[in-house]
Parts: sequence; structure tokens; C-alpha cells
Amino acid sequence: MALVVQRKPLSWLENTYIPQILGGMKITLKHMFAPKVTLEYPEERPVIPENYRGVPTLVKDPNGRVKCVSCQLCEFVCPPKAIRIWPGEIPEEAETAHVEKEPDDFEIDMLRCIYCGLCEEVCPEEAIFLQDTFSVTGYSRDEFKFRKDKLLQLGGTLPDKHYKWDKKKEAALRGNEH
Amino acid sequence: MEFTTLLIIIAQGLAVIAVLMTFCSYAVLAERKVSAWIQGRVGPNRTTLPVIGAIPIIGPILTRLGVFQPMADGLKFLFKEDLTPGHVNRNLFILAPVLALIPALVTVTVVPFGQYVTEAGEVFPLVLADLDIGILFILAVSSLGVYGIILAGWASNNKYSFLGGFRGSAQMISYELAMGLSVLPVFMWVNAPGGESALNLHAVVQTQEGVWLAIWQPLSAFIFLIALFAETNRLPFDMPEAETELVGGFHTEYGSFKFGLFFVAEYAHIIIGSAVFVVLFLGGWHLLPGVPLRIEGLLGAIVSVGIFVAKVAALVFVFIWVRWTLPRFRYDQVMALGWKVLLPLAIANLIFYALVIAAIDSLI
Repeated sequence: MALVVQRKPLSWLENTYIPQILGGMKITLKHMFAPKVTLEYPEERPVIPENYRGVPTLVKDPNGRVKCVSCQLCEFVCPPKAIRIWPGEIPEEAETAHVEKEPDDFEIDMLRCIYCGLCEEVCPEEAIFLQDTFSVTGYSRDEFKFRKDKLLQLGGTLPDKHYKWDKKKEAALRGNEH
Repeated sequence: MEFTTLLIIIAQGLAVIAVLMTFCSYAVLAERKVSAWIQGRVGPNRTTLPVIGAIPIIGPILTRLGVFQPMADGLKFLFKEDLTPGHVNRNLFILAPVLALIPALVTVTVVPFGQYVTEAGEVFPLVLADLDIGILFILAVSSLGVYGIILAGWASNNKYSFLGGFRGSAQMISYELAMGLSVLPVFMWVNAPGGESALNLHAVVQTQEGVWLAIWQPLSAFIFLIALFAETNRLPFDMPEAETELVGGFHTEYGSFKFGLFFVAEYAHIIIGSAVFVVLFLGGWHLLPGVPLRIEGLLGAIVSVGIFVAKVAALVFVFIWVRWTLPRFRYDQVMALGWKVLLPLAIANLIFYALVIAAIDSLI
């Protein structure tokens, strides 16, 4: 059943709209002195939520080692094919020789990246993270191809829960008993 | 006329126009700032000048207030490419912005903006031309401003501009009547029977030494204010522009300096309109109702101009405040309000005050 809403007829004063206009002006005056909502961007930065998906970055573990082992899973999973990895060997005499591999170079084309976060999800070493950088600028297309140095610089060091390679090294020293 | 006198008159005229232009540019800034504040924003706060902006404390404060913004705005209008579209009527197209600005600058000549009291107690108005027909001159010349809008709409050869121009002219005719009729009681009041008769604006201010006319005649003031909103094409009566309906109305085809002229003309109209309202209803340079200003000499002149400018600034703020509060009327509503409400109201107001003045005259 349709419900008919009874509308109260406007009084004479309401018909002149003057009380409404004055009411509106009171509201705007109140807003004039209310605190401003503007975020003055370059000086003030927005609060980035914890799980924000910004620019993908490479991180180091607390020992200062590049966590990526160039397994290339992210390269395979990347929907827009923005990631390219050149895998490299770790020299025998290096301190991190017990780690499987390390990327010679790592490239993410920020013009192709769609910030989907699949690389972060797929990474078995927790080496790639979409962190809080949200503003990428450059003068040429080449500047948007972030190489390994730049990605590591953006990523910094994140706390590690596992110390996987340290444990592997210890196990190897103990003779790999299982 | 002697050559030096002529030179002095020209210098005075240029000085007043320079001050008016400065007020116009700062009215634009006020518009931007007030609109920003009302909408919870900050408004222009980045533009700065090399030396003044670098002064500690004062410089940053001025920059945040946007004091230097009008210069940047002016430069922008000056240096943009001045396009004249191929489909326009060239001569009229160029003439229109000039015609819009000139009446606004001409009316300022008869508006008194202060007083000078000699030691003998004689009062002289500070005004470029102390015309006896002051208000008639203002009503006549300011309505010429609509020619700029009509010609711009016509010359642009564009349906939106055309509609804007014609709306402007129709609106101007409708509200001019109510405006003129609302001013009549004021002059009937000022020119009490038996006294000296004049349409002089200075005389109007002098009669308001005691009580402002807005208190004696609130309805006249109200009708005049509404008509003023319509005459200056301000929201809620900005029919000729009406961005959401007519793109930009009469100035759709205009850019750079020509648009700048329209822009300045609009604000000049607002400032002159506010000044006329202050003169007619808000006691001119008299500080408060019942507090006449009687300071002698140069100091008194400066104080009177200061009070007058402060009142005009307050009224310009009201213009801006209303603009950012109210939505635009529909076109037929504007016409209905003008012809069916304001005009009868103004006539009733006129008759009422005629009777009141006749009654006072016969009783006293």
C-alpha cells in the first residue's frame, strides 16, 4: 500500500524564504570559523595505513643482506609483466655464500606496475613489499624503471621473524642432522 | 578652465580609479578566501614576493593571507594569449568588455566617500563631482553597464552567450524599477517639505547623522539590497553567467585580458553598489546610529574615509557570504520575484512612506 506523506503547508514567513536564507547564512558563517579540512600536501603528508599498497620495494634483513634470492616467482606472477630479474651467483668466498642466490639486477617498471601486490603475496622469501611510497615522479620513461639500488633504497630494512638462512647455515655447520 | 586645475582634476580621478581598482583586485582575493573558508578550505596561501615575503613573521603571515595573490592573478590576465574567435562580430566583441567597465568607473565620481570639516564647522564632502543629481546619475549610468553584457552576448555569436546576455538585460530592466522605487522614499525623507531639496548624496549622508535610514526605512533598504544583488549579477541572481546552465553565459567566448575587464567590472559594480548602499542607508561615514562624526581637519577626513571603507568592505563581505550560501534562482523565479513581489512591495513602500511623511508634516 502506498504511503502518502502529508506535507505541512508552508507558513507565510516560510514562503518568503527569509528565515531559511538567514539559517543558511548562519551555517556558512559557522563553517567559516570551523577548522579547515585542507591537507597542505607537500609540507603535510597523509597518514598511510599499515597495509597500504604503495610502490613495490625490495627489503633487506636485519643483517644487511638482500633478502631476494632471485627465484623469479614475482616475475612470473606479475600480471602486467613489470618485473624483470637477472639472477646472479654469490661468490664462494662471500660471507653470504650459504644463501642460494642473489639478483644481479632487479627492475620494476613503475609505468607498468598496477600495484596489485601479487609479487608481495607470492614471494617465498618475504623480500618484496608494497610499502608506503605513493608518489612516483620522473622526467622520462627510463626514470620510471626502478633498478635494484633504487628498490633497495626505497625498501630499507624490515624486521625478520625467521632468519631462515642463518638457521640453514647453523644446521649445515652441525652436519644437517634431521 | 586653467591648465593646472584640469591637471589636478585628472590626478584626483586617476587616484580614485587606482584605489578602486586595488579594491577590486582585493575583492577578488576576498571572494576566493571567503569561499575557501566557508567550504572548509584554506584558499590562496602560496603566492609570495621575493623581498616582502622574506621578512620574518610578517612575510609568511601576508603570504598565508594571500595578500600577493591579486598581483599574480592580474599578471595572468595580462599575459594569457588574447584570442578572438573567428565567428564573432569583431568590433562589438572588443567593445563589450570596455562598455562593461566604463559605467562602473564613471559612477564612482559622484559617490561621496568622506568629509572634511573646516574649523568654522563647515562640512565639505570628499567626492570627485558633487553633483546635485547624484542618485539619478548613478541609476542612469550604472544601468548602462548591462550594454556590455548584452553586446558581449550578441557579439559572441554563440547560443549560450546570447541567452546570457538577454537574461541579463531582462533582469536588469525588472530590478531597475524596484531599485528606483525603493530609493524614492529615501529622498522624500531627506527632502522634507519646506527644506532645501536635492538629490545630492552628501545631503543624504548628512541627514543620517542621527539615525541611519536603514532603521527608519528597513523595507526600502531591503528592496534596494535585493535589487542591488540582481543589478550586480551576483548569486543568487547570476542569470547572465549561470555556469551550470549557460557554460559561462555572456563571457563564454572571452579570455585573457578581455575576460579580466569583465571580471574587474563585476567587482567594481559590487563595490560601487555597496558604497551607494552605505551612503543611502548605513549612514555613510558616521560611525554608529546616533554617533555623528565631527572631527575637524585632515584627521577627521582620514577617519571618515576609513569608516566609510570599513562599511563598504563589510557589505562586500555580505555579498560574498550570500553568494557562497544560496543556490541560483530559476530564471522564471527571478522574473516572478522581480515583477510580482519586489515591484508591488516597492510601490506599497513608497505609498506608505508618502503617507507617513504627509502625516508627520501635517501633525508637526
